[in-house]
Amino acid sequence: MNDSVGKKNLKLARMLLLIAVAMFGFGYALVPLYDVLCEWKWIERDRPDDIKKVPEVAYKVDMNREVSVEFMTILNESTPMEFHAEKKQLNVHPGQYYTVNFYAENKTDKEIQARAIASFTPAVISRYFEKIECFCFSEQTFKPREAKTLPMRFVINPDIPEQYKTITLSYTFFDNTEKSVKK
Amino acid sequence: MSAVVDEHDHHADDHHDHGPAKGLLRWITTTNHKDIGTLYLLFALAMFFVGGAMAMVIRAELFEPGLQFVDPAFFNSMTTMHALVMVFGAVMPAFVGLANWQIPLMIGAADMALPRMNNMSFWMLVAGVLLLASTLFMEGGAPNGGWTLYPPLVLQPITVGKALPFAIFSVHLLGISSIMGAINIIATIFNMRAPSMKLMDMPLFVWTWLITAFLLIAVMPVFAGAVTMLLTDKFFHTSFFNAAGGGDPVLYEHIFWFFGHPEVYIMILPTFGVASTIIPVFARKPLFGYASMVWATGSIAFLSFIVWAHHMFTVGLPLAGELYFMYATMIIAVPTGVKVFNWTATMWKGAMTFETPMLFSIAFVVLFTMGGFTGLMMSIAPSDFQYHDTYFIVAHFHYTLVPASVFILMAAGYFWLPKWTGHMYNEKIGQLHFWISVVSVNVLFFPQHFLGLAGMPRRIPDYAVQFADWNMISSVGGFIFGVSQLLFLYIVIDTIRGGTGEKVSDEVWEDAAKHSLEWTLPSPLPYHTWTTPPTVVPTEHVLDSH
Repeated sequence: MNDSVGKKNLKLARMLLLIAVAMFGFGYALVPLYDVLCEWKWIERDRPDDIKKVPEVAYKVDMNREVSVEFMTILNESTPMEFHAEKKQLNVHPGQYYTVNFYAENKTDKEIQARAIASFTPAVISRYFEKIECFCFSEQTFKPREAKTLPMRFVINPDIPEQYKTITLSYTFFDNTEKSVKK
Repeated sequence: MSAVVDEHDHHADDHHDHGPAKGLLRWITTTNHKDIGTLYLLFALAMFFVGGAMAMVIRAELFEPGLQFVDPAFFNSMTTMHALVMVFGAVMPAFVGLANWQIPLMIGAADMALPRMNNMSFWMLVAGVLLLASTLFMEGGAPNGGWTLYPPLVLQPITVGKALPFAIFSVHLLGISSIMGAINIIATIFNMRAPSMKLMDMPLFVWTWLITAFLLIAVMPVFAGAVTMLLTDKFFHTSFFNAAGGGDPVLYEHIFWFFGHPEVYIMILPTFGVASTIIPVFARKPLFGYASMVWATGSIAFLSFIVWAHHMFTVGLPLAGELYFMYATMIIAVPTGVKVFNWTATMWKGAMTFETPMLFSIAFVVLFTMGGFTGLMMSIAPSDFQYHDTYFIVAHFHYTLVPASVFILMAAGYFWLPKWTGHMYNEKIGQLHFWISVVSVNVLFFPQHFLGLAGMPRRIPDYAVQFADWNMISSVGGFIFGVSQLLFLYIVIDTIRGGTGEKVSDEVWEDAAKHSLEWTLPSPLPYHTWTTPPTVVPTEHVLDSH
């Protein structure tokens, strides 16, 4: 091949390589982009708990309706703790405030940093489930063998559509001692 | 290195024709597009049998309900590795091999644009696949969380063993290899074409590869990024996908399928190109609707970037998302329908003959269309909740890959081997291979539709007894299909060593030279071709658009 074609080839190859490198960057750009897009109103993403914290406001209590809230407690992988809710299930009126206690204990002789992550079923419920106080808002530190009572105060917004009669709220405790955590 | 040094040190007197270097070193240091094409194709064929052996383990275990032969973790390793080996080790390299052989021949170029990078892409592929294969012998076994490598499953200690970082580095190597291959193909097509060949004169195989190469450059780096995030989540305490640190595992699925959907078209677009090359030759007609074929290929490639979440309908997408991805996915049926229509119209009232390459191509048109229809069924979001993660999806993508991509690769082998080697393959054994394959592949995959609709989940080593009968039939089809592929191996070796002894003409197939440039060259092809570019290019294939 003659030299001018060789030069053209190298130039094109460099440009295409640049596109490939840019696409590698694009893959990483999808991470913040995902968070931005999920804030759009029509995307019903289950938000992280620290964003969901709301002040206590007085709602008109709807005594005619009852919603059953079920509590699940999960320990991820090998988190060396004990974790359970004081009740498995609670019937609530939309608009009325309730406090449920959870109980967690460090079963080791070392300090543990743990983070509870909430998940709702059905997922769309998360926008009607308002938490005023929750142990899931921040990371929890457990001293060796420490046991804690962890309150969670919540209200179900009376705007909740009629068809939702049962809500399952699960908390998973992740052992974050080793991890650097986004605060 | 002698061949390389010769070409680059003495390019002033490059008129004396030198053949390949002697000995084994020729294959290691070669920069000749034909040698590298051969290496790719033989490597892909070997990996086809390795991946096939893994499929045999899967079908043997599923022959009856209950656990018979392998433990569940190894079974899951087999499903994961079968997919990775077939996708990255067999189908993709096979098409790169065809591209290496055929693109320079079809556009009148002496070689690929960047011959030394070409050599490097091949050997990097070998390194990547060997690294992947090495995980089979590691403590804890090969990756077994599925080829999609979804977190958190793939990051959990019980599924990881020691293999995950090796699998991820292997994906990096395979990615770099295919990006280099793609850059080479684009540079070759843009800069090395015979001066008289315009873009809209190019054979469809060249067009489909051009578009595929752009897809590769756009999405392989995204996949490399996704697996790098997995790696740093596991070993460097980042939290891209870790819920405890504020990450979201669903994000991985989005990034993966942003790569994954174009990836499946990377495997099918060159298939379309080969089918569009073979069918006109045996129908003895120009390809129907050349320009619409080019535009349909482009549209499919574009659409592949905006439909990824149809792989994730059940993940909890917002309603607007379900609707958008459902309708966007359905649109793909339009350009694909254009293609199937054009192939059929090419055959319409053609003076057809049914040699082995044509038989495989016709089977491709019919069976790929069936795979496309099941794809349409799954594009309907509310129905997909039933089909998701069942054997229905397994049947769907195997129909679009095995009797489509793999059949067309076989067809390409039968079609071009006589040209490459100068020997005719054994037509009788070729047809036998075709008929056994086409029957057994349907016995293998068709019952999986029923299993999926009845609710049998994928990626499990054991199942409820209600699924026993169809699984047994599917396994029998699988064993017959697997063993019958040895016929193809036999034919390839036999043809290279002389075949039927019949001397093939330069055209090989009647009037093939009207369709594409390679048939105007002598058979077997000399080591160096098109050292001076052709002045006249055939336009039979583009008659409709001129």
